[in-house]
Amino acid sequence: MPYYRSTVLVSVDPIAVEKGAYQVKEKIIAELEKLNLLAEVQVIDTPRIGDPVKDGPDILVYPEGTHYTSITVDTVPMLVAEHFIKGRELKQYASVMRDLTDEELSEPKPKEIRIILDQIGKIDPRNIDDYLAVDGYMALGKVLTEMTPEDVIQTLIDSKLRGRGGAGFPAGLKWKFARQAVDTPKYIICNADEGDPGAFMNRKVLEGNPHSVIEGMIIGAYAIGSSQGYIYCRAEYPIAVSTLRLAIEQARNLGLLGENIMGTDFSFDLEVRMGAGAFVCGEETALIASIEGKRGEPRVRPPFPAQKGLWGKPTNINNVETYANVPQIILKGVEWYSTMGTEKSKGTKTFALAGDVAHTGLIEVPFGTTLREIVFDIGGGIKGGKGFKAVQTGGPMGGCLTEEYLDLPVDYETLGQAGSIMGSGGMVVMDEDTCMVDIARFFMEFTQDESCGKCVPCRIGTRRILEILERICRGEGVPEDIDRLEVLCQQTIQDSLCGLGQGAANPVVSTMKHFMDEYKAHIYEHRCPAKVCRSLIRFEVDPENCTGCTVCARNCPVGAIAGERKQIHHINDDICIRCGICHQVCKFDAIKIV
Amino acid sequence: MPTIKSLEDLKRLREEAQRVRKLKVNEGKTEIVVSMGTVGIAAGARETLKAILNFIEAHNLQNTIIKQTGNLGIEGQDPLVQITLPGAEKVLYGKVHPSFVDKLMQEHVCEGKVIADKVFNPEISADT
Repeated sequence: MPYYRSTVLVSVDPIAVEKGAYQVKEKIIAELEKLNLLAEVQVIDTPRIGDPVKDGPDILVYPEGTHYTSITVDTVPMLVAEHFIKGRELKQYASVMRDLTDEELSEPKPKEIRIILDQIGKIDPRNIDDYLAVDGYMALGKVLTEMTPEDVIQTLIDSKLRGRGGAGFPAGLKWKFARQAVDTPKYIICNADEGDPGAFMNRKVLEGNPHSVIEGMIIGAYAIGSSQGYIYCRAEYPIAVSTLRLAIEQARNLGLLGENIMGTDFSFDLEVRMGAGAFVCGEETALIASIEGKRGEPRVRPPFPAQKGLWGKPTNINNVETYANVPQIILKGVEWYSTMGTEKSKGTKTFALAGDVAHTGLIEVPFGTTLREIVFDIGGGIKGGKGFKAVQTGGPMGGCLTEEYLDLPVDYETLGQAGSIMGSGGMVVMDEDTCMVDIARFFMEFTQDESCGKCVPCRIGTRRILEILERICRGEGVPEDIDRLEVLCQQTIQDSLCGLGQGAANPVVSTMKHFMDEYKAHIYEHRCPAKVCRSLIRFEVDPENCTGCTVCARNCPVGAIAGERKQIHHINDDICIRCGICHQVCKFDAIKIV
Repeated sequence: MPTIKSLEDLKRLREEAQRVRKLKVNEGKTEIVVSMGTVGIAAGARETLKAILNFIEAHNLQNTIIKQTGNLGIEGQDPLVQITLPGAEKVLYGKVHPSFVDKLMQEHVCEGKVIADKVFNPEISADT
């Protein structure tokens, strides 16, 4: 094969062809020939490169990786002369390539194993060829040519893959129930309504490797006998939605979605539906209602979606990460998958590390990795060298775990026994300066706001719990509040209709279990030990350290600080609104919180 | 666009995609940059570039990429060629004429030996 120093890829998708892609390609070849460069530079076709083309096709030039947009026949001579003779980028047509490394996902740390996140940032999510190059859709090919639906389901059951949405129900069993349901048609849904504060594992997968989810869904549809699927993605993820829609279109163009997939009699198509901002729509029955165009409210189960789901028909619903696992299990086998994880939880789990940890962002570890390894070895420990206080797993429905649980190997069972949940994988790390009553109040505020209001225990319960917590944080708590909270939490957990209400009180219960002394300090001593709750703290100038630099006085938004230059300053407590700005701006550590 | 009708179709598309993908990944490859501004071309950089391409083709070198760049602003040293072996520091050679290309490619690119007396040294060139 001759050696080419440079390769020009011309996008020849239908829109680009309409805009003259082939004419541009011919012109490039003609110009190269004129300059005697045809032996050095090759010109080939490629499918769509990036955003839809405007005035002319996009071209990519390798090895530089320069991306030119809107190239027309008229601009070709200049482009060829500049780029290939003089070696200069033609700036006015070059588009800035997106930086693929980002803060959300850094290079894997030694204790990580990446299956779901592996290809993200390495392949172009907007080009199906990149996914095909890394064995994409080979699992589907294997399923359609070698396996019966029962084989697929048995493989999933053997792999012990569990639903990554939070509850950890075995995915293979779920598929089996949907397969066994007699009613038709059957539907398959991907739950991409990721709503936990600080969690974005699913978004990253949808934006970075959408075809892995689509392939998993097609395999699932084949297994349960469905011909129509929906991806329910929250509207707050516009890039994920557009990436998914493009990926679906590309898969359809290749015949991987639609009628008679890969020449078999299996037909399946997929549609993206957008959520409208309700957290509760991550609950499967509320999600189904939302797709049907109804109010996003959960209903009583059973019947489970596998019997009566979307439009009252058998429906299988799994999380993004669950589907993304499927192609890999099919391709690499159950044995490979079983080497990772614990007895009951196999494989890996993605987590979003957030809060007071040194390295925030996405990680992926096998089940059984301890919290200590996650927080300290992978997360780099607590920010600013402070002490560890707790880690909240499972988002706002989860619980917080203290230092004594740090050596807990993380899986569905151990977290449940420790009083928390796996959830979808949010992990908020808290340092010693965190007030646990305030944290409970924060999560309660979120769930109270997101309660759909259908059932009374959740609607009223979360409201009353929040009111009590707010009172305690204001220093107006009374001794009976502790008992009241316990009863209210118990009732809300027991009597609520769906997972939102049943989990809403978890942060309160777990903080009361581990940090009762903080609740008591707030109630009995009107003191916030972590010095966070504004009503219970005061700011004071430390005369030892104050240099009279006037920075605090100049920055105080309410003019509560008095003092001449080079004189010790004074804070007027009656005016102070406890915003803490003086504490932040003081370079001499002279503002004390008391 | 052709649709996939069988597993063979899928495998064929995969091979094609892998071939294109290989072009895109520059990691772990030797990078040769030829300075091809007006001065470089006048000094014969095109002939140097062709000689490098001929060497690569004749010796069937894998994992080597060639880039062009504009004028490096170093007077009297063209044609300039910069070679970066994987994981190594970049090395800049001055006055790389076609007659020197074979030796340069053989020793530096193939055997990994830097040809010290031809490496461009800013201090010496300032004197001359």
